[in-house]
Amino acid sequence: MPKIIQTSKVSSITKINDFVVKFANVNGSGSASANTMFAKSIFRMGIPVSPHNIFPSNIQGLPTWYEVRISEAGYLGRREGVDLMVAMNEQTIKKDIEAVVPGGYVLYDSSKTLPNELVRDDVHYLPIPLKDICLREYDKPNQRQLFKNIVYVGALAAFLKIDFKILTDIVSDQFKGKERLILPNVHALELGHQYASDNFECPLNLQLKHSNKTAANILIDGNTAIGLGCVYGGATVASWYPLTPSTSVVDAFSSYCHRLRIDPGTGKKKFSIVQAEDELSAIGIAIGAGWNGARAFTATSGPGISLMQEFLGLAYFSEVPVVLFNIQRVGPSTGMPTRTQQGDLLACAYASHGDTKHVLLFPSSPKECFDFAADAFDIAERLQTPVIVMSDLELGMNEQICDPLQWNDKREYDRGKVLSAEALESIQRYGRYLDTDGDGIPYRTYPGTHPEKGSYFTRGSSHDAYAAYTEDGNVYAEVMDRLALKMRTAVKYLPKPEITAQGKHRLGMLYIGSTQSAIQEVQDNLAKKGINLNTMRIRAFPFHEEVKQFIDQHELVFVIEQNRDAQLKTLLKIECNINEQQMCSILSYNGVLITPTHIEQAILQTMPKLTHSN
Amino acid sequence: MSYISKPKFKHPLLKTNDLGLTRRDYEGSLTTLCGGCGHDSISAAIIQAAAEMSLEPHRVAKISGIGCSSKIPAYFLSKANGFNSVHGRMPSVATGANIANKELYYVGISGDGDSASIGLGQFCHIVRRRINMLYIVANNGTYGLTKGQLSATADLGSKTKSGEESLYDAIDLATLAIELGASFVARSFSGDKKQLVPLLQAGLKHKGFAFIDIISPCVTFNNTDASTHGYKNTWDSYVALSAIDYVPMRKEITTSYAPGRVKEITLHDGSAIHLHKTSDDYDPYDKENALHHINAYKKQGKIATGLLYINQTTSDLHEIQDTFDKPFNSLGNIELCPGNAALTNINDTFR
Repeated sequence: MPKIIQTSKVSSITKINDFVVKFANVNGSGSASANTMFAKSIFRMGIPVSPHNIFPSNIQGLPTWYEVRISEAGYLGRREGVDLMVAMNEQTIKKDIEAVVPGGYVLYDSSKTLPNELVRDDVHYLPIPLKDICLREYDKPNQRQLFKNIVYVGALAAFLKIDFKILTDIVSDQFKGKERLILPNVHALELGHQYASDNFECPLNLQLKHSNKTAANILIDGNTAIGLGCVYGGATVASWYPLTPSTSVVDAFSSYCHRLRIDPGTGKKKFSIVQAEDELSAIGIAIGAGWNGARAFTATSGPGISLMQEFLGLAYFSEVPVVLFNIQRVGPSTGMPTRTQQGDLLACAYASHGDTKHVLLFPSSPKECFDFAADAFDIAERLQTPVIVMSDLELGMNEQICDPLQWNDKREYDRGKVLSAEALESIQRYGRYLDTDGDGIPYRTYPGTHPEKGSYFTRGSSHDAYAAYTEDGNVYAEVMDRLALKMRTAVKYLPKPEITAQGKHRLGMLYIGSTQSAIQEVQDNLAKKGINLNTMRIRAFPFHEEVKQFIDQHELVFVIEQNRDAQLKTLLKIECNINEQQMCSILSYNGVLITPTHIEQAILQTMPKLTHSN
Repeated sequence: MSYISKPKFKHPLLKTNDLGLTRRDYEGSLTTLCGGCGHDSISAAIIQAAAEMSLEPHRVAKISGIGCSSKIPAYFLSKANGFNSVHGRMPSVATGANIANKELYYVGISGDGDSASIGLGQFCHIVRRRINMLYIVANNGTYGLTKGQLSATADLGSKTKSGEESLYDAIDLATLAIELGASFVARSFSGDKKQLVPLLQAGLKHKGFAFIDIISPCVTFNNTDASTHGYKNTWDSYVALSAIDYVPMRKEITTSYAPGRVKEITLHDGSAIHLHKTSDDYDPYDKENALHHINAYKKQGKIATGLLYINQTTSDLHEIQDTFDKPFNSLGNIELCPGNAALTNINDTFR
């Protein structure tokens, strides 16, 4: 048998710990767990890895991709171009093969001959008769299907030199409690490994080498981290309506609550999860619970945000704490439900009719998803207002390397200004909306606290400082002014922007959330070209004073965001009174994570227009 | 919502209840509804019911939606916390509030626009979820606050003051509630305090979802002879399936009734209701039987009232979900936060 099939006239690319492997699959074919296994094995080899799911809004039969960036340098953004394509989907194979860089590789199922028009002479083909191997080895139709995926992972282990012991350990971990599944899976890995070793010269010039870059890290998705953050942050009530890509937030909350929130003595639950009839009800339940002193949240995405608008206005005006996780997807309308975007900034910042403003948090890593989830409950109760955590599909549904999650055991929940029965005793006349402290934040009571004092009537209609209905325009305006003051006070409790200012550069990059994955690479690549940029990552809205300062300190700041209409830039213009000339938008809204290349090119194109060189 | 504040004067001879409170202690602010509005009679009935039962006012949460009906919570129990939420969404707010603290009494006040139109979905789902509360619909067949449009509970052929005729069949929230599994369903009339007060008392003490549809005429827009929700038609076509007495827990039962037609129903806390049935074949424990009676009267143009249906074997949401005994809003770090050691183990599962 020939050792390697050489279809290429060009030499193959040679790379160690720095390449992109992409899997093109049919969804519903069981590829997800095999592909995850592949990514995790690289992580366990100590090499920084970032997998990205690009999947359809469908259960079975449509194309789905899993793109794995491997980068010893720790660059976790998406890189354009594929070095090795695992082409398992006949519907898309033509385009998938076209996406491979010259000198790259195509692994395909050779049980069927590859049509001539798919043969490129500048890439290498790695034909493996996956279907035939599985037909020979397995009796059951579902096994024949599922194990094809495991067999190609086994083959990749030989091609790329994945530590085989790590792979088999992952199988053991994955099937803990279902031990009978371990051996067949390991066998499938061996079949692939064996076939590749027997028929090709292994490893290829694309190779993995043990490293130590991820030893301290974990590999986790943002939604799981949020669910866990809600458990740690003391949430007891979750009300929700299933909506991609937010669903796994409540799934994770539920699963960790069942492990961590069952009272050992009685077996009773210290949590309640209500799958509501729609998003209106979902946020209504959370607001009712928040009003009554429990920590409550809901998780949704764009269409749910639209439905929750009226309730968000009520919570803002009647000052009820509630936490809302918005895992943004592509809008408007149904948009692309399984693709990512940062398109709800304006819809959330000023959600609901009338003059409103809401606290937004922008996490950029799973670790920050955990931290901000827990913090959001403190902030919401401190400020007595909704807090919206703005994640997105990219961050929420993809595993990402980050620092391990941590909790300070000395930390106590900040329940905000809540009066106890004793405190009420010493008050002459309680006023729910009195600004006693001058910070715009009044004192609240939980219903049922005191027989005589502290009760009030919560309403979305205009009210005075004692919560009584009023149509007196001046009294109304006083309340609105205090709410504006409260939002200025809010900044004090919100995470500050993260600034990397390495020198007195004229240029800056300003961004939020998942865009973070691209930034270090952009900075490094442009520095090599003599372009140096400072960066600021905004982590909360309303903005800190530092945001305006940063922009003012630079001749030009690139505002990088993943939407069409430059919503972040609009917010900056409205809120910070910034001269439009000082900001230049870099926008990406094709539904996939913004790439470093996209940002670099946009900056390079702008550079000649600047009067002086950097 | 009043420009006139209510006088605080109390008659020195006013009777006090077991808590030493008089009826005045159960009142709210001065009503701003139209003179003669049925809704004011509902407030008065709630005040009487709560005072007689010696309910601690501050242990009640009053939650409403939007509309004339939803203003009612301002007019009773001023020492109770109230929440006037958004149109049609009282059920979700009440659900959340109830989950947060199971130890309060929850009274939801809604109207026919609020519950049968904009909030019909929420109404159906709160019934399904078995929230332990008393849910009242002040039903006048019209949108009063927007000046008299027909509502979804207006009967086919019923006419408002402006002459607008209802061309569609009415939604009956009471039969809907029975169908969906409410465990206490009653219908009453704001004008019949004798029936309404014991129903309210029983509904408050019932453990589970108690629903009372109260016909409450809108004197301004829907009180003509051509309206099925006006005073005249309601008095004319009103039939009580049974008369009802509420007997507090500690009161000795002294009255004797003729056998066969009397049913004593013991409520969760030991208090009881006595039903004096008007017919032998009516059984309030039997869903189909209750529905049959309501619909049979409806065919004759009559309104069946009183306790229509009761089921004391269902669980409420907290029992269904098996929640912790202490109210969620009383739990802090110690009860809720698993701590860093647990988190370290969780981190290991992501390596």
